[in-house]
Amino acid sequence: MTGEWSMRSDICIIGAGVVGCALARVLSRCEADIAVLEQGADVAEGASKANSGIVHAGFDAQPGTLKARLNVEGAAMYPALCKELGVPYSQPGALVLGFSDEDRKSLEGLLRQGQENGVAGLCILSREEVLERESALSPNVRCALAAPTSGLVSPYELTYALADHAAVNGVRFLRGERVERVERTQEGLWRVMTGRGEHICRVLVNCAGAGAEAIHAMMGGAPLRIVHRRGQYILLDRMERLPVSETIFQCPTRMGKGVLVTPTVHGNLLLGPTAEDIEDGFDSSTTAEGLREVLERCRISWPEANTRLSITSFSGIRAHEERGDFIIGAVEGQKSAYEAVGIESPGLSAAPAIAEMLGAQIARECGLRAKASIAAPIARKKPFHEMNACERAAAVAENPQYGSVICRCEVVTEAEIREAIRRPVGATTIDGVKRRTRAGMGRCQGGFCAPRVAELLSEELGIPLTGITKSGGESRLLTGTIGEALKGGERQ
Amino acid sequence: MSGEIRQADVLVIGAGPAGLAAAIAAREAGVERLIVLERESEPGGVLRQCIHNGFGLHRFREELTGPEYASRDVERARALGIELWTDTTVLSVDGERTVTCVSAARGLTVFSARAIVLAMGCRERPRGALGTPGTRCAGIYTAGTAQRFVNLEGGMPGKRAVILGSGDIGLIMARRMTLQGAKVLACVEIMPYSSGLNRNIVQCLDDYGIPLLLSHTVVGIHGRERLTGVTIAQVDAQRRPIPGTEQELDCDTLLLSVGLIPENELSVGAGVRLCAQTAGPEVDDALQTSVPGIFACGNVLHVHDLVDHVSSEAARAGRMAAAFAAGELAGGESVPVLDGDGVRGATPQRIRRGVGEAVTLMLRPAGVYRGAACVVTCGERELARKRAPIFTPGEMVALTLSADAAASIDGPVTVRMERS
Repeated sequence: MTGEWSMRSDICIIGAGVVGCALARVLSRCEADIAVLEQGADVAEGASKANSGIVHAGFDAQPGTLKARLNVEGAAMYPALCKELGVPYSQPGALVLGFSDEDRKSLEGLLRQGQENGVAGLCILSREEVLERESALSPNVRCALAAPTSGLVSPYELTYALADHAAVNGVRFLRGERVERVERTQEGLWRVMTGRGEHICRVLVNCAGAGAEAIHAMMGGAPLRIVHRRGQYILLDRMERLPVSETIFQCPTRMGKGVLVTPTVHGNLLLGPTAEDIEDGFDSSTTAEGLREVLERCRISWPEANTRLSITSFSGIRAHEERGDFIIGAVEGQKSAYEAVGIESPGLSAAPAIAEMLGAQIARECGLRAKASIAAPIARKKPFHEMNACERAAAVAENPQYGSVICRCEVVTEAEIREAIRRPVGATTIDGVKRRTRAGMGRCQGGFCAPRVAELLSEELGIPLTGITKSGGESRLLTGTIGEALKGGERQ
Repeated sequence: MSGEIRQADVLVIGAGPAGLAAAIAAREAGVERLIVLERESEPGGVLRQCIHNGFGLHRFREELTGPEYASRDVERARALGIELWTDTTVLSVDGERTVTCVSAARGLTVFSARAIVLAMGCRERPRGALGTPGTRCAGIYTAGTAQRFVNLEGGMPGKRAVILGSGDIGLIMARRMTLQGAKVLACVEIMPYSSGLNRNIVQCLDDYGIPLLLSHTVVGIHGRERLTGVTIAQVDAQRRPIPGTEQELDCDTLLLSVGLIPENELSVGAGVRLCAQTAGPEVDDALQTSVPGIFACGNVLHVHDLVDHVSSEAARAGRMAAAFAAGELAGGESVPVLDGDGVRGATPQRIRRGVGEAVTLMLRPAGVYRGAACVVTCGERELARKRAPIFTPGEMVALTLSADAAASIDGPVTVRMERS
């Protein structure tokens, strides 16, 4: 063996996005040794961290497709799943706006399609009904499809919680491990090689999102083609009153669901996404044209859209498989090889159902036995920000670190940041702390708290301050100490 | 929380230069039950990390470093026995002047205050507010965050830096990074003039040969994990990038000095009305906000250029808060102070009628004015006039209305720039 480590497991999942983590959690109910390899520094580093955060009702996908079935099944699982895991979820509903007679026909088509897919409560609203519900919307609106079961979730918090629960039940997560080669051993096992080590397993599962095409090819699957479709977003600050109380879609096009205006589960407003096909599946940069397009297209729905309250902009990559549907199941022609690829929207909505479906197939075909008992998720503590005065007083009395506020914009305390680092699949980076606790997510974007979060990471992880990164790899916050810089500086 | 509410005559939120000066003035005016709440572990505010000199020229007639300037007020406050709670974050203030705060040492505490002085300072505008496209890599900091890393943590944010924006902290950091061995490639400013003090442009850029590129901005940010470079471009009069003027700069660090925003989340929670121009509370000449008994001073009120001005303004807020707590502050009708031609954010925004003392107005010109005058009028009458060879947005203008002029105000007051 070459590299830093060598390890064995029964099942190895490649990719710790929402699908990989949900699958790990489902399989952790079985008697099996499971490992998850993730190339990013953290779980939920790809599409799972940068998407609309919407649990779609399920009217978009064509009846009979996996997307349609698993969207509706997955969305139905959300309320109970989020409650069990302690993940913020709400169900404010959604409107798809129509601005023309042609749009009205599309909406009627979506209504029928939704009903066929089994979506409850869909109906078409008149212009007056729409504007009465959402007075900030454009007066040009003619009608809308209302979908009361459309929900909101924090996609990365869900992924963290799924990973933590899987870890509590014995799943090992190896982050920062990019798979470079996959081969069969003489015994017919899989050997998975990362830059740093090798992993021998009986069953290999590809949940690699934007990287799934490459992994599929390494596993010897018949060619498939993933188109990387980038979506750019603008996130606005919380406001006293959001202009809309539910998710506002426009009529879908061939490229996707169009630009939306939606509250987030944390009370911000999210605008986006664009839909641009790009070559590099990991190029999540934003462009001036893209951000301009988001704003212009949002104004069709919400004429007042502006970036005055913009906190940040970002982009996410949707892995669109050319044939248009999810591909889930055994890799054709390969033994002990499974995959969930082409998981683009409504992938987040469908993820819980994808995991159950694929998990059941793997358990059945590999003869896995159910465990006698399964550990419950670690209870999620209420964020200090959401506590009332009595709860806050009690929290500080029990743990004085709750009295030390690190992030002033989002009111995140030292106790919560330390806890986020100590979780089973805990934060190891500034971004990891940010997404787990919201420290640095507010209007100052970490200007005040990043140095203090870095200190806490350094202390908890036992690494020097200069070793702390924003998001793993070479993303170090500091290039050295001031003494060193003087000795080896670049000044000419 | 014991359920008990603590009483205070004057409660000061923030122990930076504004909060300290307000507290000292309130104690000197005889306030007994006086408490200062500070979220950091030491008083001094942002001065703690401003280790360069140039502070106190007006107030002390000496050039002090930030920590030296702060320590004079800290010592005075200690000598006066002012109660200072550090590591204490205020969670809320309401319109009845109930203040809830939390600290590890004391837990949750609720105060009921006769008067409150808001002195929370300001924060820096982050990258997200600019909408600059590109990647979200490491190596992009607001200048103040970088300053904290260098001066308080002893860490270097990078080796090759570009500064976006020419606010004072950005200029100071251009010099600081250079002195610590980094190469600063350029300071890029979207406006045709700098928003920083002229002395900082000379002492922090010119003296080190760092180019100041006016009417330029950053239009692209590159690098997946750590910053590898930025694209800059010239902008037109509407501040739109001019195609074909793009230049690539290889750098691992981008420091942002693109504006400061008064930090008024607590003020808004208390129902304090904000001024659209300053983003700080609307105040009258007593520095009282729209909520009776709540006063504001320093950078939470409007972003200052010099700490000396902060201290004198805050001392006034402290005296007025003391008078209010003692039931001695005259209220009554007031007239508005309006921004006229070429003026942004004249403060205070209102003057009480029949005020019996001199009133100082502070403002920033909206552009560069040479050989011009700043004029205050009430109707047809001129109340004050100030001439200077040059007025720039980077330097505040302070205009004092004499006691007589202030007493004569009988209608709206307008402040404007007048070209000769």
